[in-house]
Amino acid sequence: MFQSLGKYILLLSLSFKKPEKFKVYWAEVMREMVSVGIGSLGIISIISVFIGAATTIQVAFQLSSPLVPRSIAGSISRDSNILEFSPTISSLVLAGRVGSNFASNIGTMRVTEQIDALEIMGVNAPGYLIAPKILASITMVPLLVIISIALGITGGYIACLVTGSITPADYLMGVNDGFDGLTVRVALVKAFVFGFIIASICSYQGFYTTGGALEVGQSATRGVVFSCVWILFADLMITSLML
Amino acid sequence: MIEIKDIYKTFGDNDVLKGISATFQTGKNNLIIGGSGSGKTTLLKCIVGLHEPTKGKVFFEDENFTDMDFTERVPIRTQIGMLFQNSALFDSMTVEENIMFPLNLFTNQSIAEKRDRANFCLERVNLKDKNKLYPAELSGGMKKRVGIARALSMQPKFLFVDEPNSGLDPKTSILIDDLIQELTTEYEMTTVVVTHDMNSVMGIGDHIIFLHQGQKWWEGSNKEIAHTDNKELNDFVFASKFMQAAKEKL
Repeated sequence: MFQSLGKYILLLSLSFKKPEKFKVYWAEVMREMVSVGIGSLGIISIISVFIGAATTIQVAFQLSSPLVPRSIAGSISRDSNILEFSPTISSLVLAGRVGSNFASNIGTMRVTEQIDALEIMGVNAPGYLIAPKILASITMVPLLVIISIALGITGGYIACLVTGSITPADYLMGVNDGFDGLTVRVALVKAFVFGFIIASICSYQGFYTTGGALEVGQSATRGVVFSCVWILFADLMITSLML
Repeated sequence: MIEIKDIYKTFGDNDVLKGISATFQTGKNNLIIGGSGSGKTTLLKCIVGLHEPTKGKVFFEDENFTDMDFTERVPIRTQIGMLFQNSALFDSMTVEENIMFPLNLFTNQSIAEKRDRANFCLERVNLKDKNKLYPAELSGGMKKRVGIARALSMQPKFLFVDEPNSGLDPKTSILIDDLIQELTTEYEMTTVVVTHDMNSVMGIGDHIIFLHQGQKWWEGSNKEIAHTDNKELNDFVFASKFMQAAKEKL
């Protein structure tokens, strides 16, 4: 385990060495940003709306007492979306979508000697392949999380309209009531850290792939599993430190 | 000129290379031959720096390549072209982008100049007008030729070729061998080819080293190989009935 940790840290330090030509690396960062951001927008939108709607219905169901104001369901739904569902669930989904793509992409380049070709040319392969992915993830995952929060709250509103579990007016009152900006800051810190975890762990797994097609698949699976575990661990740590 | 001195390479308990020394002259096709597992590719990877030798040194034009760090090696690496066994073209890039890739990173040429260079390299390997194709759209032989074109893009002084004929039909193999031969002479490169293809050995082997059990077992040229009494080399080169019959006619 310590050997793997050492290799991981060494790979990250190599990834952030001075690039041979900034322009070429920048183009690569932009390409990865489009892949991570635009490429994941569809799935993140779908899960956010559904999770937001489901959360609102469940909270409204649990708070059916006449002593509790109905609008409280909106507040709980909002905070749940901001603090947990949008950053964590979105990142777990992104680990599957983006992380597996990173690991299999780099792993395939390793087993087909494309990484050797880069090194022969004098290119710092970790810098060219991994740094753009990390930079793209730590910028695009927070943006996706912001969109996810907005869509999650919208999903809750749609659920109110469709099911009538609480009135839309009560829901909106709850959403606006007692908002604390700290929750958004926590969500963004989580998104930033989770983006880093997804890109770095999956890239590491891909970079040290040995063998053939079978091992590329195994690397992608390992990357996703380790990313998910570390996302949940980091979630706990950030929550306990910031709240 | 490339000089390797007393190269050892060990993986765990497995001694793959055991004290190999050789000099690869400029303007010649230097072939490294040997059976499977004899250490040919490992030796090639030690020379180009993809593996670090356990012991021994590699010199490019008298410069000690082995003791350099990654940054110090870059100026030499920009003078190295390499054709990999499976071509190792970048899947996400077109043929033209593959060839322009090292130019983008290591030169300040304009896009027009880089495109001209890519066209020249493609023309040189007889692949004119294939610029916009992706590697997945090319045949095995075409991939090899694009690999050579990419290796040529930086006008290298050293060309390394790993198993150029693997997976190719005999006619295409000869075309690739001829191309390597022509380019070596035309651009005065030091070319090192790892192969176990006997057509290549007899066709382009100006200087041959034969590896057996991780050691240099024999050294000579394609003219000398037919008359050697080295048993292991004879067993390797003349393993097929066709080659035995050819030897008897010599």
